Order: sequence, then structure tokens, then C-alpha cells
Amino acid sequence: MKKYFSLPSIAAQLLLLLIVLVWILPTFGLLVSSFREKEQLVSSGWWTSLSTQSRSDMRRTGGMQSMVKDGDKYVITGRLFGEQAQVQLKKFSLQSAKPGQYDVGTKIEVPDGQVFDEEDGQPDGMLTVAADSTYRLELNQPYEKDKGIRIFYVAETPPSFSTQNYQKVVASEGVGQAFLNTFKVTIPATFIPILIAAFAAYAFSWMTFPGRKWLFIVVVGLLVVPLQMSLIPLLRMYNQLGAALGMESKSFLGVWLAHSAFGLPLAIYLLRNYIAALPRDIIESARMDGASHFQIFISIVLPLSVPALASFAIFQFLWVWNDFLVALVFLGKQPEQIVLTIKLNDLLGSRGESWEILTASAFVSIAVPVAVFFSLQRFFVRGLLSGSVKGG
Amino acid sequence: MNDPIIQTITAVVVSIAFCLLYFAGSNLLLDKIADLPFATKNRREGIKSSVRPWLFLAPALLLLGTYLFYPLFETFRLSFYDATGEVFVGLTNYQWVFADQNFFITIRNNFLWLLVVPATATAFGLVVAVLADRVWWGGFAKSMVFMPMAISFVGASVIWKFVFDFRGPDSDQIGILNAMVMGMGFTPQAWVTVPFWNNFFLMAILIWIQTGFAMVILSAALRGVPTDTIEAARIDGATELQIFFEIMIPQVMSTILVVWTTITITVLKVFDVVMAMTGGQWDTGVLANLMYDWMFRGGGDYGRSSTLAMVLMFAVVPVMAFNIRRFRTEEAQR
Repeated sequence: MKKYFSLPSIAAQLLLLLIVLVWILPTFGLLVSSFREKEQLVSSGWWTSLSTQSRSDMRRTGGMQSMVKDGDKYVITGRLFGEQAQVQLKKFSLQSAKPGQYDVGTKIEVPDGQVFDEEDGQPDGMLTVAADSTYRLELNQPYEKDKGIRIFYVAETPPSFSTQNYQKVVASEGVGQAFLNTFKVTIPATFIPILIAAFAAYAFSWMTFPGRKWLFIVVVGLLVVPLQMSLIPLLRMYNQLGAALGMESKSFLGVWLAHSAFGLPLAIYLLRNYIAALPRDIIESARMDGASHFQIFISIVLPLSVPALASFAIFQFLWVWNDFLVALVFLGKQPEQIVLTIKLNDLLGSRGESWEILTASAFVSIAVPVAVFFSLQRFFVRGLLSGSVKGG
Repeated sequence: MNDPIIQTITAVVVSIAFCLLYFAGSNLLLDKIADLPFATKNRREGIKSSVRPWLFLAPALLLLGTYLFYPLFETFRLSFYDATGEVFVGLTNYQWVFADQNFFITIRNNFLWLLVVPATATAFGLVVAVLADRVWWGGFAKSMVFMPMAISFVGASVIWKFVFDFRGPDSDQIGILNAMVMGMGFTPQAWVTVPFWNNFFLMAILIWIQTGFAMVILSAALRGVPTDTIEAARIDGATELQIFFEIMIPQVMSTILVVWTTITITVLKVFDVVMAMTGGQWDTGVLANLMYDWMFRGGGDYGRSSTLAMVLMFAVVPVMAFNIRRFRTEEAQR
């Protein structure tokens, strides 16, 4: 029996809780932030997002078009915010330095010279702003500018969450297209190496040929070769090939093949460990019955290896989806080719302070691998445990 | 919107069909040829069984050869050539590397990463693995610590850039780290721009990602520690800490070594995190970034970037030798 409530156990729980909090808070903060409005996001921490925010800003009244003559006054009325905006004004003012000068609802004099240039010793008019952002500006002379006068205010915004950041990044920042491109890179680059590696793993496990042992040792060695070793020769090769064939040197086919090749050592290694451990009897009795290696592979070995294939598929999917370097070197940055990781890195450079864009974009790129990860965690762990040392 | 989806599906179908067609077609062809009436039946069977393995292996060997094996030697060769890769320059590139100021900062940073990240990630992984087995919500805790494994380095960089975000001391902080620092009465800092110490803030990101990996592997290894031994120690009056340090750790030492070396390899190649967080500014560059820089700087210097890649490769060789030795002893036991 485990005891969960002894003193050491409580200490252990607290320590673990602390670690888990450190591990999830960064992601959680980003998730919460991605649903907040831009103004709130940049002015207050995400941990305050459930409380009402107060902030000061400026909006203009209507201009001369909305002016109505009322007795001897010229009146402009309207709302600073739309009907739907859930904004409560607390204070207002005509001076940017003191946005909290007057409580809402009070009627103030517009000082001489504030609206009209000539100074006649009289206030220019009267202004009142209500909590629901309706205002009434009474002027002594006709107002003749298109732009209204500036009203500074302190507003309180209740917590509000929306998906508008997501709509924005998917539609207008090109993240939606990058998302599709990422799929276009990832799916073939996951399937191709599996099939190729499965055949190779079968050959390494159940067929005899000269050099079998040494070739496999080379594969084990290649597991840890840094990707950087391959980049320059491949870049040269792609450029020359592109020039010789008159094609773009950066293409999806090029990236599929590169990812497939970089995934192969791990794929062959994992699958061979699994396929070589299948019961010898099954394969030998099939041989006795006159089945060829190809038939045995397709009808016996492949179905039996599904768990191992799934493990590798998840590895490769996550690796390709999350890859940055290979896409950076072998794919272009034009909208038809850019993938999410590169898009995200570009946004970090160009929109580094636009957190409403960054948070939502980051979540678009994180969502798929995290979903795959949580739904197939079992296979992923099994793959890790069967001795994975990813090269790449 | 529809177009890329259809293209993707087409690409998947075509590539898989192409692979299957190759394997099925070449095997069928071999059977047909070997059935032709030439030589004796035995001889024809011999041809079949000596050719077929290579049909199975051909695509894999072709890809491995072109994308990994041949480039090893080509990069080695290019490291003795000039920027264009045309003129032999002997050891000039290597002399340049060891005289370059940037390279020293880079190498220093790489060493820092190698010292800090594998050790910290393994230690955290071990602690979480041990603790999670003793609490009822251990499964949940493990999932949460494991989750960053699914997040790209660039995505993780955005997450942590938000944590490290800096506003002037007069305004509200939106980065949680500076908010806590201010809450404790200190002045907020722009963490990633403080030379030397900023390296540790970048390392935190990789530790955050890799701890889950260490935890999963070590957790499985710990399950293999015989409970009898632990129970016996407990009856003899050993404290939990003694059990942890004197029984559990020695029992899983070989696994710790494997985890350590695996993370070491990841750390050696670290690129995305530095690229996304600082672009190598404020003295945070690492080898992979310097190499990438030279690959494209001023139209690209193949010689110097190849030399930098070779430095990485030399660092990996001991791990490669260790892996191969481990593999061969495992094979001998089969």
C-alpha cells in the first residue's frame, strides 16, 4: 500500500506540483493570451485576464458632419464606442496628460481656445460624457473640421475572450496557408520513409546478403550524424540539379526526399529491432509453404509490425512538423512554400511586439503536434523506449 | 484553400503508389527473369535469393547514401577548399576558425550548453520520474512534463519569449518572469540581452523540452528496480533520500548515461532556439548558428561553413563510437 498522506509524501507532492506548474504555466499563459484582445494583451499580464481592466486612451468625437444646431448652440452628440462594446468609462478629460480629470456624468466647460483658435474670453462650450460612452458637446460657434475633438478617458473593460486573433492570423497574416503547406510537407515525408525503411528493416532481419552486419553498423553510426554535415553538399547538389534541369531548386519533392532520408536511420533502426524480434517459426513456416519474401513481408510482417510503424510514424510526423532547419534550407519563403515554423520565426522578427499575432500563430503551429501527441502518447513512449537516438 | 489540400493528397497517394509500385514491380520482374529457361533451376534460385535483398534495400541505401553518407565526405573535402568550393586551400579554414573571435564565443557557449542542459534535464527528469510514482496524480504530472516534447523549438521560443518579455520598470509587465521579479521588489530586466547570463535563459527552453524525454526513459528504467531491494532497505531504516541516491540511481546508471548522451547530441546541434530568440545576437551564438551564418553570408562561404560543420562532427564522433559499441555488445547477446 502506498501512503499518500505521510509528511514526506506531502513534501513530494508539493515539489512535484511546483515542477508541473513551471512546466505548464508558460504554455498556458500563451494559450490564454491568444484569446485576449490586443489592447488588453499588451497592457496587462495574462494572469489578470479574469479581472476587469482599466486603461486610459483617446477617441475623437464626430466632426462637422454630425453637428446639429440647437437654439444658439452647435451640438455634436454620439458614442465613443459602438453599442456592442462592453466598455465602461470611469473618467474623462480634454488633456492627454490627465485622462482621469473628471468623473463621467459631470458637465465640464471646454476651455477658451481649446476648440476654436480665437480667444474671446468665453469658454468654447460645454462637454459631458456618460459611463456608456455617449457624449454631448455644445459649442458656441459652428465647428468646421472633419475630425472631431479629442476626448481622453479611463475605461474599464470586463474580461473578454474571443477568437478574433486566430481569425486575423489565419486570414490575413498567411498563417492559414503556412498551415496547409506544413501538412503538404509533413504527410508525404512521414509515409515515404516508413515504407522504404520497413523493406530495408526486413532485409536486415530475415534475408542473408554479404555485408549485412557492416551496413547496419553504418546505419547505427548515421543515427547521430548532425544534419549540419549534410546541408552544404546537398545545397550545392540541389542548386546544380535545379540549374541543369531548369527547375526551381527549392521544391516540395526536394524537402520530402530530404526529410525521408534524414528519418531513415532511426526508422530502419527501430523497425529492425522490432521485425528481427518476430517469432522465427512464423516466417520459416511461410518460407516452407513456398511464399516469397515479398509475400511474407506484405502479408505477415507488415501487419504484425503496426505498433512499431505507428511509433516511428509519430516520431517522424512530430519531427517534420516541428522542423525548422531543413525547411529553411530546402524550401523558399514565398507564400506557396513557407511552413509554420519559418512563418513563426519571421513573425518573431517582423512583428516581435504584436503579441496578439504571435500568440495565436504559435498556437496554430502547436495545436496539431500536441493533439497527435496526446492521442497517441502510448505509441510515442513505446518508440522512445525501444532505444531512440534521433540523428537529424 | 482547396488546392493545397488536393495537392497534398495527390502527393501522398502518388508517392506511396510509386514506392509500392517499385517494390512490387521489381520483385515481380526478378521472379519473371529468374523463371526464364536459362541455366539450372538451382542456379536461378540462387540468383533470385542473392538479388532480392538488394531490391528491398535499394531505395533506403540510395537515400542514405545521397543525403547522409556522401555528404559526410563531401563536407570533409570542402573544409579544405575556399569559399566557392573550387580552390584547394589546405588548412587555412581551420587556422581561421581557431583565430576567429566569434568562434571562441560560440565554442564557449556550446560548452556552457553541454555542461548545463544534459545535466539539468536528466536531473529534473529523474526527480519527476521518482516523485510521479508516489502520488496519485503522477500520470497527469508526467503527461504535463512530457508535453513540450511535441512542441517545435520555434514554438517553444515564442512561449518563452512571452515569459521573458520586458517592459520598462514604470509599466505593467506582461511577461510572468519580470512580473514576479517586480513583485519581489527587484527591477525588471530584458533577460535575453544581458551577455553571458542570457545563455542560461535560452538553455531553460531546451531543458523545458528535453526533461520530458529524460523522464519517460528513466521512469521505465526505475520500474525495473526490484521492489524487494527497496523494501529491504526501508526495513533496515534507510531514509527515502538514501534509497534514492544509494539504490535507485546506481541501478539506473546505464540508462542515465544513455539519456545524457542523447540529450548531448541534441544540445550540440541546437540551432532553432538561438535563431528564434536572439538570432545569435548579444553573444548567444552557437556552432550551428555560426555555420548557418557562413553558409549564406556574402553569397555563402562553403569552405568556412564546412569547417564549422566538421567541428560539430568531431564533437559527435565519441558518442557515435559509444553507440556502435553498445549496439555490438547488445547484438552479441542476442
